[in-house]
Amino acid sequence: MDILATALPALGEAFALILQPQQIGFLLVGVLLGLSVGVFPGLGGIAGLSLVLPFLYGMDPVSGLALMVGLIAVVPTSDTFASVLMGIPGSSASQATVLDGFPLAKKGQAARALSAAFSSSLFGGLLGAAVLTFFILIARPLVLAFGLPEMLMITILGLSMVAILAGRVVLKGLVAACLGLMVGTIGEAGAGGSLRMATYDIPYLIDGLSIVVVGLGIFAIPEIVALLRQDRSISKGGTLGAGWLDGVRDWWANLFLSIRCSVIGVLVGVIPGLGGSVVDWIAYGHTVQSTKDKARFGSGDIRGVIGPESSNNAKEGGGLVPTLIFGIPGSGSMAIFLGGLGLLGYDAGPQLIQSNLDITYTIVWSLALANVFGAGLCILLSGQIARLTTIRFTLLAPFLFMMIAFAAFQSRQSLGDLVALMAVGLLGILLRRFDWSRPAFLIGFVLSYQAENFTNMANQIAASRFRRDVSEGLDYVFSPIVLVLIVVTILSVVIGIRQSRQILPEGVVASGKKRAPLIFALCVLAYLIVAWIDAYTITLTSDRIFPLTVGAAGILGCVSLVIRMILQPETDTVFADREAVGEDAEAPHGLWATLGWFAGLLLLSALCGFVIAAAIFLTMFLRVRAGLSWGRALLGMAGGLAILLTLARTLRRDFPPGLLQELVDLPWPFT
Amino acid sequence: MSNTAFIRGVVGLCATTALAAPALADGHALDLSGETVEWVIPFSESGGSAKWANFYAPLLSEALPGQPTVVVKFMPGAGSTKGANWFQEQEYEDGTVIFGTSGSTQFPYLLGDPRVRYEYDDWNVVLASGTGGVAYLPPDLAAQMDGLDATALQDENFIYGSQGATRLDLVPLLAWEMLGLNVEPVFGIEGRGDGRLMFERGEANIDYQTSSSYLSGVVPLVDGGQAVPMMSWGALDADGNIVRDPTFPDMPTFKEVCEATPACETSGEAWDAWKAFFIAGFPAQKMVFLPNGAPENAIQTYSDAFETIKARADFAEISASRLGVYPQMTGSEAASTLELGTTVPDGAKAFVSNWLSERYGVSLDN
Repeated sequence: MDILATALPALGEAFALILQPQQIGFLLVGVLLGLSVGVFPGLGGIAGLSLVLPFLYGMDPVSGLALMVGLIAVVPTSDTFASVLMGIPGSSASQATVLDGFPLAKKGQAARALSAAFSSSLFGGLLGAAVLTFFILIARPLVLAFGLPEMLMITILGLSMVAILAGRVVLKGLVAACLGLMVGTIGEAGAGGSLRMATYDIPYLIDGLSIVVVGLGIFAIPEIVALLRQDRSISKGGTLGAGWLDGVRDWWANLFLSIRCSVIGVLVGVIPGLGGSVVDWIAYGHTVQSTKDKARFGSGDIRGVIGPESSNNAKEGGGLVPTLIFGIPGSGSMAIFLGGLGLLGYDAGPQLIQSNLDITYTIVWSLALANVFGAGLCILLSGQIARLTTIRFTLLAPFLFMMIAFAAFQSRQSLGDLVALMAVGLLGILLRRFDWSRPAFLIGFVLSYQAENFTNMANQIAASRFRRDVSEGLDYVFSPIVLVLIVVTILSVVIGIRQSRQILPEGVVASGKKRAPLIFALCVLAYLIVAWIDAYTITLTSDRIFPLTVGAAGILGCVSLVIRMILQPETDTVFADREAVGEDAEAPHGLWATLGWFAGLLLLSALCGFVIAAAIFLTMFLRVRAGLSWGRALLGMAGGLAILLTLARTLRRDFPPGLLQELVDLPWPFT
Repeated sequence: MSNTAFIRGVVGLCATTALAAPALADGHALDLSGETVEWVIPFSESGGSAKWANFYAPLLSEALPGQPTVVVKFMPGAGSTKGANWFQEQEYEDGTVIFGTSGSTQFPYLLGDPRVRYEYDDWNVVLASGTGGVAYLPPDLAAQMDGLDATALQDENFIYGSQGATRLDLVPLLAWEMLGLNVEPVFGIEGRGDGRLMFERGEANIDYQTSSSYLSGVVPLVDGGQAVPMMSWGALDADGNIVRDPTFPDMPTFKEVCEATPACETSGEAWDAWKAFFIAGFPAQKMVFLPNGAPENAIQTYSDAFETIKARADFAEISASRLGVYPQMTGSEAASTLELGTTVPDGAKAFVSNWLSERYGVSLDN
């Protein structure tokens, strides 16, 4: 009652503030900006917010908030386009959407998948705002109850999703996850700053690989290369089967799933320090575990889209709690949002909730309203945009390659981004070819940093508590929340392992000859051993213990895998190889020749800078590979570059420079 | 005035003007109309430097001749050494590139980090902003202090959420150690905000924040009885002495606490090292530079622009909550602050390197 008495008047004031023509206008501008920026993978909210920040100074606060919130709210909505249509995870929050969304697009159901995703986003966003309205008043003690052991357990719960996504040979999935964890440790250790699998001579590696580059390399490049080899449209048969209304109906039929996943999204979003990276995987895992017939997950089950998409927009709302109550940003875009809030004259923190509750509610409900506008617009557009999947893919691919390379470059603005993208892309292609679970690898990679840091920190604090008093230490480590999370994790692993054989996140892959899969397994083993030895040479315990433990587990798993490979006949599922039988084996174009085109783009960039390289690449690709006339090829090139240059110009982004730029000073955009 | 005198005067004036014309371009202000000034910050969008640059950028745009657009560009990586190494390679062209540094850029430079390829002497400082810091405790522990004497706290096991011993955290860690406190830093947090959250959760029982974060994040805790300030790091007076921080005049400085605590000495190796790194980290924390080779007129233009900002009638009001009440220095003041912030006696450097490797196993020359 008390809460109601505080909340309702402020809520009324907030609505009176937002529902003005001017405010709605700014909100719409923000939404349109957010949608256009979000469509491009790797750009996201940070780029968009940086664009509007210079204009905020001196603006009326509510309008400025509407502009910023409108922009932030719809980025996780519009990045769904890339995830579903192209198999490109637009951000870490939409990685799980790729698993079922992209297969649906390939089946010609892109419009249905998109509109189901947007309906879920819309609902998730609204539910998130509704929950937040009351929750934000009482959230403080709950957020403070989540200490390091609790956060570590949530990270482990996220990792436990590997069990259900491990694929047909569980061992391979586990090794893939260990490999992901190990790749995640590359660079400077969070605790003591020791270098792992890196040297000061290659500065790029010191900061480790970025999540954007790894997401693009592991999911997007293998899919684009595989599709390109087929020389057809994304949608098999080139038609669109189901329309956007079907997607809305699908969402309605799974309303309760959507509610559950939205709640997961809000709850995980509320905990600072976890960020968006686990939410979609936990929601996806929950979706799979809670449905009866699981056969189609991974090859195009609409529920695999509804679950993660309900959670990722709800998460944005949840993420506002730590941002507003504690002034601690949950993500990069929230950090800029806080900066913008400062420009408007407000400081986040407990005092914002206490003395400016109406402003707080303005933020929360601008978020909800932006979701309605953004997702609504996307639903209406999804039928049209889904037509992209009926275009001959060879005509789309060069632009996608260009976009991916540009997106990857945004993560650190160094040529190293492109080299890393190529290397991770190659790994992704091989993981896909030999049917090692790519989701398992990605989950490992994404959670590696958190898993290591939380373990170290919780361990240190626990040790200090135990020194003081054993019961105090036990209270700290086994709090009620931790105990509940342990039970949930164990359940999730047991259910996962029992069911994982039915769920094929990558579809069925036939077995081939022994040699190629064995060589790949040996290469993985070799990397794990080298990384383990490298970790062994580190002197600081805090920096070596995690890679040593995970590496040992990975090596053990990999050795038993190799033994199994030696003992079993060629027909065993462990020898899965896409190049042996099936679509890939019969593709008209070879793997290496196709990948060679992309490598060519990167190599040219290193020589003469990205813009010149992209111009040559687009023209040649369209002329030679796609067989267009010179005139059309040049036209296509000009169009593609024009869009890219406009985008880069407005967002003030640079392009990767090459050798040429070191020798000669060229004007923008050639710099 | 006679005719001849008049003619002579006109001729003279013309001659001076003609002669002065090229000099005018050199000796007077830059004109930046229609240009875009890129202010590069070697940190991510979420840090304190971003806050500081975002505060100044719109004001700088108004104050520079020709009102250019000023955009803040972020180039994070390797704890700011990536951006600083990049800036080292820039040559002055037309005054449209400026660079903002923080204490985290100076510390690796001072400690001889192998990644540092930049040299402060090559750059041209146009603004130096100071700040301060405050250490605070939970109320029950703060109550154990005997006035300013911290001896009673020496039996306590302290936990502190830290970003790394070689960062700004070096200053509080060394201060607490000098007081004889047993503080165990938990490394790996990503910002001081996370450290404050650990304190609020009760996982950490000692913490510090820079002034602006203290004002916005900790003062509400103090008002709510969940935290008590222990000491400020202080501020520098014109003669280089540590005095009370003007933002927190009622709070004792570390120097006062140290004097009252028998285990702590305000002279000798440890004190000199602490003071040197305190100066580099706080009173000389954030600076704006023009690149190598910038001509005098460009430096003057930017210095004047920052002067103009400081002279705004509303500056005290708008800066107090965002930057705290600290000197914003230009011209020779900025240059001497740069000098203070980037030169540390060899003895202090050796003491800190040795302390880091013995106490935390961090060696800087790998």
